[in-house]
Amino acid sequence: MKAAVVIFPGTNRERDVCAALKRASGDEPAIVWHRDSELPAADLIVLPGGFAYGDYLRCGAMAAHSPIMREVKARAAKGVPVLGICNGFQVLTEAGMLPGALLANRTLSFICRDVHLRVETSQTLFTCGYEAGQTIRVPVAHGEGNYTADAATLDRLEGEGLVAFRYCSPAGELTDIDNVNGSARCIAGVFNDTRTVLGLMPHPENSTDPLLGCTDGQGLFNGIVSALQ
Amino acid sequence: MKARVHVSLKSGVLDPQGKAIGNALASLGFTGVGEVRQGKLIEIELEGSDRAAAQAKVEKMCQELLANPVIENYAIELE
Repeated sequence: MKAAVVIFPGTNRERDVCAALKRASGDEPAIVWHRDSELPAADLIVLPGGFAYGDYLRCGAMAAHSPIMREVKARAAKGVPVLGICNGFQVLTEAGMLPGALLANRTLSFICRDVHLRVETSQTLFTCGYEAGQTIRVPVAHGEGNYTADAATLDRLEGEGLVAFRYCSPAGELTDIDNVNGSARCIAGVFNDTRTVLGLMPHPENSTDPLLGCTDGQGLFNGIVSALQ
Repeated sequence: MKARVHVSLKSGVLDPQGKAIGNALASLGFTGVGEVRQGKLIEIELEGSDRAAAQAKVEKMCQELLANPVIENYAIELE
């Protein structure tokens, strides 16, 4: 599987996501610099985590308008899957490729710890490595991950099965205390209408190495590879 | 010509920073303070003197970059 990982000035999780992709597919992903206006042929495009452009103006706002994003949008329109993790999710919302926006965490603090997520559907190329309703443990590391959208959009996302992951307790219950950043309806990740673009705040790529004690995140990458190969 | 763009969170959108400022004001002993909302002020120097054209240009800037219409409102002031 050929994956293209797009980096901006300030991106810092590209090595982690490349390692997780390589572990799943055996292939080394291509790294693409944001000033490039051409993307190599790719089965999957990834926008990794970090602090693109120092989070100036709004997280992801500058990156969303960089030259490479025109090409990312064009590929996405042709159906090439796009995965945005953490800052990559913020970029995708700012680029209008996913609904909603990410506000400052309700605690106003940067949160870096493991959380539990409930997989809402397994019927997508991104989540087919999991069972619907399964709970996984992965870390979050963000200051602005508080997902918001207007009520009509939230209803539509839920009604059409476009919520990918929700913050939950280890047993899979949706509780206020487990909703780590205060996201609307505990939403941690969403799909676009065709389920070919996924954005999520947590870092599944950082829960893939057995040395770290948990490999729950690997299912995402294994699922993607099995769906695309 | 100078344009001032005021960007603020829409009403109903949670503003944790505004809340923290409100709490800090209360702890400093300021009374009678209601809700506090925090926004941004962006100043832009523009060439030319056509106010209508400037207004239209800044409007477009707001829609494309300066504000996120999902969560923010903007107001433009030309000087």
